[in-house]
Amino acid sequence: MKQYLLNIYQPDGNPPPPEVLEPIMRALEALNAEIQAAGAWVFAGGLHPPSTSTVVRSGGQEMLMTDGPYIEGKEHIGGFTVIQAPDLDAALEWARKLARVTTLPIEVRPFAFGSFE
Amino acid sequence: MKATVTSSQIDRVFRAEYGRAVAVLVRALGDIDAAEEAVQGAFAVAVEHWPARGIPPRPAGWIITTARRLAIDRLRREATKERHAQVLLLQAFEEPREEQAMGDDQLRLFFTCCHPALDPAAQVALTLRLLGGLTTAEVARAFLVSEPTMAQRLVRSKGKIRAAGIPYRVPAAQELSARLGSVLAVVYLIFNEGHTASSGEVLARDELCAEAMRLSRLLVDLLPYEPEVQGLLALLLLVESRRAARTSADGALVLLADQDRALWDRRLIAEGHSLVRACLRLNRPGPYQIQAAIQAVHTDAPSVQATDWAQVLQLYDQLMAVAPSAVVALNRAVVVGELEGPARALELLDFVSLDGHLLHAVRADLLRRLGRHLEAATAYQAALDRTQNAAEREFLRQRRDSLPGIV
Repeated sequence: MKQYLLNIYQPDGNPPPPEVLEPIMRALEALNAEIQAAGAWVFAGGLHPPSTSTVVRSGGQEMLMTDGPYIEGKEHIGGFTVIQAPDLDAALEWARKLARVTTLPIEVRPFAFGSFE
Repeated sequence: MKATVTSSQIDRVFRAEYGRAVAVLVRALGDIDAAEEAVQGAFAVAVEHWPARGIPPRPAGWIITTARRLAIDRLRREATKERHAQVLLLQAFEEPREEQAMGDDQLRLFFTCCHPALDPAAQVALTLRLLGGLTTAEVARAFLVSEPTMAQRLVRSKGKIRAAGIPYRVPAAQELSARLGSVLAVVYLIFNEGHTASSGEVLARDELCAEAMRLSRLLVDLLPYEPEVQGLLALLLLVESRRAARTSADGALVLLADQDRALWDRRLIAEGHSLVRACLRLNRPGPYQIQAAIQAVHTDAPSVQATDWAQVLQLYDQLMAVAPSAVVALNRAVVVGELEGPARALELLDFVSLDGHLLHAVRADLLRRLGRHLEAATAYQAALDRTQNAAEREFLRQRRDSLPGIV
């Protein structure tokens, strides 16, 4: 088994209105349950918007700290799911479902030390 | 007895068997780099032994057996616990004796190299390198990049296959046709690059066409019941059949209408036509089959006037329905021009969202036929500004300069 990070890319700005968001969140919960039932679940989490981010850099003697996300952009990671799958095709199948449910682009990245079993 | 095996004979075996051997070894070793290294090692042994002993009766089998032994030796030298387990696996690995089983491995390798998670340029490079047996230098030359650049592209893609876990298998039935699409697209891209390369050495490009046809034939052998696979081969053969007529003695481009049809290769045309008939009988039309059928109508006609344009138009309508694109719409407009005149075709161009040299060249030709010479000259210039291909540029320049009243 390999592990994959599924990053959910969200446009910045206000979240969609409840009548749009609520069905998405329900579908997302159902998908998470499906991933768990399939034994593919490792971890998942949603994030606060990038306006709540802080970036810390080591600047020699002192720490440099800046407000905001590391990369300026119109989209940032809004949440992620970590799954385990036998190969990329299986991981892409979960990513497809996640993209359909969230209507957002999903980035699939393999973990470097992916076989924990 | 067979003591005079030349290096060019060995080269031919290398070219014919490299892909098969790598495919089998990838399955045995589970790693592309290790497979390539073992197969290259086996060919090095062949270069040493074959000149004196002759080429063995089953060269592919010999290469695969030798490559497996080299891989085992290498793993033994590394002598870690994990390696030991791999050696046991490799010793138990049964080499495929049947053509069929080797074919299955090649098909797996096709689907790995042409996985849609890889960049299309990387898919093409991997396919040429691993299945075509072209050297990195040859692949680089064909795509006009330096050898280190191509080597880096190959390393990066193989790294992604390994790290991301792109599987080595033929997709299940329900996803086969979608995934097959990207395999066929890669072969078509290789042919197209050779056929209409925007620049590059002529020789390297001819080789690309030949390699695309070889890969396409291989796919027909491996997937005999997929009509699109046959459709692609038919398309390539029918386009290739006109190669000798496509350029004049001085290398200038000759349009379909002006080509000397006696120069067309009748053998390729006959094979292409019989493939088109065979796949149409399966009644599962797709974009490659329809494009092949269009080529079949052209290659059937004794002259451009005798072309069954109504049938061509019908096929373009079908193609627009299954695989609409701006290029198809442009070609369809040209056909409408043959049936209903240049004015009607010109109207249709307004709906084609393209800005390449082809659109401007077609517009220029239609304007010329309508006697709108000044506008035609501007359109030829617009086309000239958008292509680097020497033969195409020369053709466009001549057309522009031969317009009445234009100096």
